[in-house]
Amino acid sequence: MRLTLAGVSHHRAPIELRERVALELDACRALAARLGGEAVVLSTCNRTELYLAREEHAEEEAVRTLAELADDRGAELAAALYRLRDEGAALHLFRVAAGLDSLVPGEGEILGQVRTAFEAGSPGPFLDRLFRQALHAGRRVRLETAIGESPASVPSAAAALAQQVFEDLRGSRVLLLGAGKMSEATARNLVSRGAEIAVVANRTLEHGEELARRLGARALPLDAVADELAEADVVVSATGSSDHVLSSGAVAAALRTRRGRPMLLLDLAVPRDLDPAINALDGCFLYDVDDLQAVVAETISGRRDEAARAERLVEEEAGRFRDWHASLDVVPTIASLRALVEEIRDSELAKAGGRLSERERRHVESITSQILAKLLHLPTIRMKEAAAAADGVVYADVVRHLFGLGEEERRR
Amino acid sequence: MAELLVFPALLAYGEAAFAYAGELRGPGLAGRLATWGVRLGWLAQTALLVGQAVSAEGFPWGTWAGSLNLFVWLVVGAYLIWGCTPRYRLLGLAVMPLAAVLLALAWAGGGTAVVESERSGAVLAVHVALMLAGFAGLTLAAGMAALYLWQERRLKRHERGVLTVRVPALGTLDRLSARTVIGSLVLLTLGIGFGAASFERGDFDAAMAVTIGIYAVYAALLVLRHEGWRGRRAALLNLAGFALVAVVLPITHFA
Repeated sequence: MRLTLAGVSHHRAPIELRERVALELDACRALAARLGGEAVVLSTCNRTELYLAREEHAEEEAVRTLAELADDRGAELAAALYRLRDEGAALHLFRVAAGLDSLVPGEGEILGQVRTAFEAGSPGPFLDRLFRQALHAGRRVRLETAIGESPASVPSAAAALAQQVFEDLRGSRVLLLGAGKMSEATARNLVSRGAEIAVVANRTLEHGEELARRLGARALPLDAVADELAEADVVVSATGSSDHVLSSGAVAAALRTRRGRPMLLLDLAVPRDLDPAINALDGCFLYDVDDLQAVVAETISGRRDEAARAERLVEEEAGRFRDWHASLDVVPTIASLRALVEEIRDSELAKAGGRLSERERRHVESITSQILAKLLHLPTIRMKEAAAAADGVVYADVVRHLFGLGEEERRR
Repeated sequence: MAELLVFPALLAYGEAAFAYAGELRGPGLAGRLATWGVRLGWLAQTALLVGQAVSAEGFPWGTWAGSLNLFVWLVVGAYLIWGCTPRYRLLGLAVMPLAAVLLALAWAGGGTAVVESERSGAVLAVHVALMLAGFAGLTLAAGMAALYLWQERRLKRHERGVLTVRVPALGTLDRLSARTVIGSLVLLTLGIGFGAASFERGDFDAAMAVTIGIYAVYAALLVLRHEGWRGRRAALLNLAGFALVAVVLPITHFA
C-alpha cells in the first residue's frame, strides 16, 4: 500500500489560492468519498491536503482534484503544490498534527482540525493507523513539551497575563475602553478563559452598544467609567484618544475600595490611553502594547526552542509508523506460514483423533498449540525486524520458498 | 546503618535544589530531575526517621539537631503535595536549598544519628511534633510569599520571560499562602495546648514568649488580610513572621 499526499499550504500558496481550495467539513467528507478507496481531506485556513492510500494513480488523481478546486490555474498551483509519498507524507502529517508546520509553531487548533478531518474522511486500515498515530504524536508533543503553552499574539498574551495575575478568570470582570477590533479580539480571548466582559465604554455610544451586545455586556459613554473602575479586575483600553483616558489618581481611588484585590490594565492604544504612573501603584500592573509585543516575541522564541524537542518526538512516532508500514510486507507471509502449520497440526490431530480420549485430545491440542506458538515466535519477530530494515521482502521470499507457501495455490 | 541514609537524602535534596535553578530557564528535564530528587530524598529521610524511631526508646528528636531533622522532613513532605505539579515546581527553588542546608546542619549537630534515647512522655512527643509541623507549614507559606514577591516584581518590571517561566498566578500564591498559615496556626494552637498540659509554674521562658509572638504576628496577618492587606503587603508580613521562626526562635530555644 502506498501513501500519497498532495496539498498546498501557507508556506508557498498565497491566500487567494488557499481560499479557492479551502473546503468546508461537509465538502471534505464528500470529496473523500468521491475519491474512493482510503482518502482523507484536511482543509484549514492555512492548508488543504489530500491523503490517499492506494497502490496506483493516487498522485495523479490528487493533483487533478486540487487543480479542479483551484479553478485550474495550472501555473499558480504548480508553484505552490507539494507532493509527498510514504515516509515523507507520514512525517509531514505528524508534523502538521503537532503544530510544527503551522504559521505559529505549536498552535493547538490544528490537532482538533486533523481529528475532524480524519473523522470526516474515508479511512481504511492504513489511513486509520496513520491518522491515529499522528493524533497520538500531536498529543505527546502538547503533553511533553511546552511548545503550546505560551501566547503567540498580543490579545492572547494579554489574556495569559491576566491568568498570571488571577489564575482562574472565572468571575473576573473586564472593563473595555474602546470598541475597536483590538478591544474585541482581546475581550474574546479573555472570555474564552472564563472572564466576564462587564462594561464596554466608548466615545461613540452606538458603537459601544453594538460590541456590548455581542459580548453580553453593558455599554457606557467613555466619561462614565470612573464609577465602574473599582469593580473591574482587568481593564483593556484601545481607544483613538490622543489624551490619557484614565489617570493614575482615578485608578488609585478605585484601588482603595478594592480591599487589596489587584488590577491588570492593558493599554493597547497608540498613543497610550492610560497614565504610565499607574504601574507604580501597589497592586496594579500596567502593560502597554510594546510590553505585550515584547512578551510575544519572547514566547515565540521559546516556542522555537521547544520545537526542536517536539521534532524529536515526532520523528520517534514517525519511526514507529515506518516500522509498522514495513511490517506489512511480511504480514501475508507470516499469515501463510501460520496457516500452513495450523493445517498440518489439524490434519495430524485428525489422524490421531480416534485413538485418543476427549481429555487426551484436549491435552495434545494444547501442547501442540504451545509448541507451534513458541516455534514461530522468533521467526515472526525476525521477519518484522528485517522488514523494518528494508530486508523484509527478501526474508519473506526465503520463507515462502523454504516452506513452499503459495505453491499449492499456484499448482491449482 | 540507618543513619547512613542521611547521605542519599542530602544528595537528593542538593540535586533537587540545583535542578530547580535549571528549571528557571524553561520547563523540561531539569524540573523532572528536581521532582525526583525531592521524592527520593524524602523517601530516604523517611527511612532514616523510621530507623531512629525504631531504635529509640522515647522521642528521638528532642535535641535541636533532631528537631531540625524532623522539621526538614515535614517541610519537604508538605512541599511534595504541590511540588510534583509543573506549575508549582519553582516553589522548590525557595524550599529545597533551605531543606538541604538545614538537613546538613542537623547531621552536623548529630540529629540524624540512630541512638537509644531516654524514655519521654507521649504528651511531649505530640507537642514537639505538632509545633514542628506548624513551623514547617509556616516555612512553606514563607516560600510562597517569597515566590509571590519575585513574580510580582517580574510583572511590574514587564520582564520578557514573565510567561515563559512557569510560576503559579499571584492570586493563587496569595490564597495558598494564607491557607497554609491558617493550617499552621491550627497545628500551633494544638501544639501549644499539649505543651500547656505539661506546663508548670516557672517554666515560662524566652522561647515560649517568641512562640507567642510568632503566633500573634501570623494571627495579625490573617486579620489584616481580611481587612484588605493582600498581595505584596501580606507577603512582606509573612516573611517578617518567618524571620522570627527561622532566626529568633532557634536562638532562644536552643541557646
